[in-house]
Amino acid sequence: MLKDITLGQYFPGNSIIHRLDPRTKLIVLLVYIVALFCAVNWISYGVILVILLVSIHISKVPGKSFLRGMKPLVFILIFTAILNLFFTQGETVLVHFWGITITLEGVVRAVFMLGRILMLITGTFLLTYTTSPISLTDGLESLLGPLKKIHVPVHELSMMMCIALRFIPTLIEETDKIMAAQKARGADFETGKLMERVRALIPILVPLFISAFRRADELATAMECRCYQGDVGRTKMKLLRYHLHDFVTFGVSAALLAGVLILRNFGL
Amino acid sequence: MAPILEIKDLTHVYSAGTPFEHTALNHVSFSVERGEFIGIIGHTGSGKSTLMQHMNGLLKPTSGSVVLDGKDIWSDKILTRQARFRVGLVFQYPEYQLFEETVYKDIAFGPKNMGLDAKEIDRRVRESADFVGVTPEQLEVSPFDLSGGQKRRVAIAGVIAMEPEVLILDEPTAGLDPIGRAEILENIERYRKAKNATIMMVSHSMNDVARLTDRLLVMNHAELAMDAVPGEVFRRTDELLEMGLDIPDVTRVFLRLRELGLPVEPIYTMEQAISALRQLKEGAAHA
Repeated sequence: MLKDITLGQYFPGNSIIHRLDPRTKLIVLLVYIVALFCAVNWISYGVILVILLVSIHISKVPGKSFLRGMKPLVFILIFTAILNLFFTQGETVLVHFWGITITLEGVVRAVFMLGRILMLITGTFLLTYTTSPISLTDGLESLLGPLKKIHVPVHELSMMMCIALRFIPTLIEETDKIMAAQKARGADFETGKLMERVRALIPILVPLFISAFRRADELATAMECRCYQGDVGRTKMKLLRYHLHDFVTFGVSAALLAGVLILRNFGL
Repeated sequence: MAPILEIKDLTHVYSAGTPFEHTALNHVSFSVERGEFIGIIGHTGSGKSTLMQHMNGLLKPTSGSVVLDGKDIWSDKILTRQARFRVGLVFQYPEYQLFEETVYKDIAFGPKNMGLDAKEIDRRVRESADFVGVTPEQLEVSPFDLSGGQKRRVAIAGVIAMEPEVLILDEPTAGLDPIGRAEILENIERYRKAKNATIMMVSHSMNDVARLTDRLLVMNHAELAMDAVPGEVFRRTDELLEMGLDIPDVTRVFLRLRELGLPVEPIYTMEQAISALRQLKEGAAHA
């Protein structure tokens, strides 16, 4: 049940998208999001969609997994669509009932917003599906490197992120185990009023927190045993380096952003 | 008397219909009598844990049935819930499930979920604490202040307090020192004798199962490979070794003695070894 969470799961592969420098992917994702929010007409949307679909195809990540990852977000998607549908002022009234008016502008806007969010999420998924958490945090650390000059603990932050990501599956497994053990003692998580259900979580949360702290302690000791002392003097086994395909990707995304901005300002 | 628990043609498939499909149990059948002490052995991933979780209704069979005291536990919701209490399940490292402020409250968790009154809960908590050797003073301390071995005993008491007719334990002695191991095994045996309960114990220690159990179930690749008394199981040494399992140390010694030409029968407990060696000695004296 808990194992179904796929949000941000890495699919190992060897496509050109997998091999891109994580920094490139992060920057390009940023450019992509800016382009998405600057896009105001169907042509730019179409172009972005085509680029997105082509990228997914190149990445060889099964399309199904994007749909599966979307599942937990269905509520937000529907909520956004409905808000836009009902609360957009417009001239062309399509339906009018119980004091609610649906206008053509509302429909267009709802579709637009839904498309924007879907493409936003899919783009982000593409990043996390094709980049292992470790190289992702590596890339982030490298990109945020300049902030070290103003004493932002970039390395420590990225290390914490890396560890957090690493332990998500472990904690999920642990939760499953504890749940089974408490169920074996007659704990009931499925029925009862809201307060009873919240109370029923205590037998899971207390052991879970204790084991998380225990693991943290053990990990800290293990890191110290291997002389971990933070950023100072630390070298990397895998050095990040830009290659030709990274520059090509930068070029394509810059062209995309420029195109979207031109379309926006000249109202084509 | 009718068997307390019957497993009939049990099959369990994880993630059916996905690429991760995996058959963890394949047409497993056996039945268990009241008061029996059964050992379950098998290498990691042989389906032992999946089997255990079927017996108290934590997992639903893909096909086949689990019959407790003559009734299929999945035929009625009330029966499924009752199975949780009538079949007690102690997982591996059960001390990690403790959560209450005091040992007393933690042991009382199961009985409370059964809906018993305060007096009965109190009786059960004190009795089960006594079974596992937790002192009345320890009942009032936080379970997190206890040592590892003591925590384990409290966790086992938490299951015993439900007074299950079948008590299933997954490696109850894992990670304990020799004294702790012996004590836990002794406590389990005491509970069995006092309540005429059935014990099913998963263990990797062939010495323990050889000494304690009446019957052994051997799991191999999701199937029940053997179901026999320990003597018979350990006689099939080659098959066991092929499954990645082992035989008791004394059995190994006696097999070697036989190879060396001594007239000894294959044995599997220390007591048998002692009497066999005595006989051998007397035989030599007479000759």
